[in-house]
Amino acid sequence: MSDSGNGSGNGADQPKFEIGQETMVQMDGVHKWYGQFHVLKDINLTVKHGERIVICGPSGSGKSTLIRCINRLEEHQQGSISVDGIELTNDLKKIDEIRREVGMVFQHFNLFPHLTVLENCALAPIWVRKMARADAEEEAMTFLTRVQIADQALKFPGQLSGGQQQRVAIARSLCMNPKIMLFDEPTSALDPEMIKEVLEVMVGLAEGGMTMLCVTHEMGFARQVANRVIFMDGGEIIEENEPTEFFTNPRNERTQLFLSQILH
Amino acid sequence: MSDTTMRDYQSDPLVHTPAPDLPPPATSVGIIGWMRNNLFSSPMNSLLTVLGVVALYYIIPPIVNWAIVDATISGTTREGCDAAGGACWTFIKVRFWLFIYGFYPEGEWWRINITMLLFFGPLLYCLIETTPGKKWVVLFLCIPYWPIGGALLLGGFWGMPFVDTTQWSGFSLTLIIAVTGISFSLPLGILLALGRRSDLPVLRMICIGFIEFIRAVPLISILFMSTVILPLFMPEGVTFDKLMRALIGVTLFSAAYMAETVRGGLQAIPNGQYEAADAMGLTYWQSMRLIVLPQALKIVIPALVSSFIGLFKDTTLVLIIGLVDLVSMIQSSGADIAWAGYAPHGYVFAALLFFVFCFAMSRYSMYLEDKLHTGHKR
Repeated sequence: MSDSGNGSGNGADQPKFEIGQETMVQMDGVHKWYGQFHVLKDINLTVKHGERIVICGPSGSGKSTLIRCINRLEEHQQGSISVDGIELTNDLKKIDEIRREVGMVFQHFNLFPHLTVLENCALAPIWVRKMARADAEEEAMTFLTRVQIADQALKFPGQLSGGQQQRVAIARSLCMNPKIMLFDEPTSALDPEMIKEVLEVMVGLAEGGMTMLCVTHEMGFARQVANRVIFMDGGEIIEENEPTEFFTNPRNERTQLFLSQILH
Repeated sequence: MSDTTMRDYQSDPLVHTPAPDLPPPATSVGIIGWMRNNLFSSPMNSLLTVLGVVALYYIIPPIVNWAIVDATISGTTREGCDAAGGACWTFIKVRFWLFIYGFYPEGEWWRINITMLLFFGPLLYCLIETTPGKKWVVLFLCIPYWPIGGALLLGGFWGMPFVDTTQWSGFSLTLIIAVTGISFSLPLGILLALGRRSDLPVLRMICIGFIEFIRAVPLISILFMSTVILPLFMPEGVTFDKLMRALIGVTLFSAAYMAETVRGGLQAIPNGQYEAADAMGLTYWQSMRLIVLPQALKIVIPALVSSFIGLFKDTTLVLIIGLVDLVSMIQSSGADIAWAGYAPHGYVFAALLFFVFCFAMSRYSMYLEDKLHTGHKR
């Protein structure tokens, strides 16, 4: 059974940005199977403009699959998903439209190793938004400056540390000026010193009002930034609440078990 | 260990002075070091080194004697060779232009030279990093070059006499077939590889069927089939040029092998690269062109160049269908009564010529890998 908590945070450490009325992501009755394996069971989720959602749960619970369904890296078999008012079907044009508005940051960065940092960031604006190279590169430099990595612009990804690569990956997604950012365990492949620098960038993004869906195990980040924390297990949304309530008063037994294991 | 070598923590606990760089010991670098590591690193290796030197002593001097010391290259008849007893390079000298240009009329050799220059010139231009306008050069090589080169070699216009394709022979024919085969089979192989990985079942089955059929059959059979079967598809009375049949056969054959090589490269690209390209909204062809193929082709450069070298050597098989390539030309020269007994020299010459070209391709591939930094960290 899923609880739907109200999204407007009232904790003292919540960023002051207001949540809009516009629905950015709407998932209704979404089911997904990998062959016989039922990986997403009856997912119902509404994400409003400016909301920051953190999805947590044990491995194999379907968290990554859920957000990958939003930009069609995974295909759902039942139910409906619509992103920014565009329905997600097999129509390639709609899928491309949605992908332009949704930026994704992966656990293993997935930077293009044969291109420099600047080229990585400018690629999509040049080829998808048809911008001129000079304009795209200029804009890429502003985003690289924002994530504090402008001095590495001409290096190749292989020459950077993990934390630097992930910040470049975030800048790369931002260069398309997306309306929604998806984060698939962005800090799970980093060592502790680098996690902090990436989380700082993500907090900065959140404070700027970006709509974010973040799969992560970083509960500190969730407490600081999230409007809503969603707990998933076995393909279902078990509990959904705003962070303070979620961490201090988990209602579901399964949630309580999970939290007791990770918050010690 | 004396006290002076230990760090003095008492006087300077917080300042870290890095230890100075010392030079390595004399016996581990330079020529002595190289010999110790590579030739004499263990008793077994030392024994093998000694045996190797002995073997070289028995092999090298006789070869040098035969090929250089006792060899003859002067004159135009065999008397000098018979007298000296060593290699008869006179035979090669006399027949040299025949081996290279074949039956192509001597006055028209410039056409072959220009056609080859028109190909290798722009190719070299593309290889230099800083030259501008590479896009146009590549475009020229892709499309206009082929009809221009073909027309130039065939002739029949602007006062240039017509030279039928059966007269294209010798090493120039080898080069023509190899260059055409390599240039067309690589793009075709890439398309086949992409088609084989496609989600469309019909396309996938066609590509798999084509690749598996070609790979199951030797090149000789393909050449025979193209000689016999292709004319059957032609309307009545239209004959298919024999050289064209050979070119099609060689190209299709090579394309199937290229396809599998390229597919190996595509498989080696981590899924995350495809996903990142998709997530950014790139179309299929954009992600292939900008992200996947640059990485995949870089990975398989060694295998691709091996295929090219193999193709270059396989062109000799066209002698089976009656085209006169270098080896066939040497064969018929060797059968000439005037030079009886010296036929093997021709084959040695052919081997040297092939070695020069194949080795050049191999070195070029290493240069390319170095330049493209194929060992970059993922």
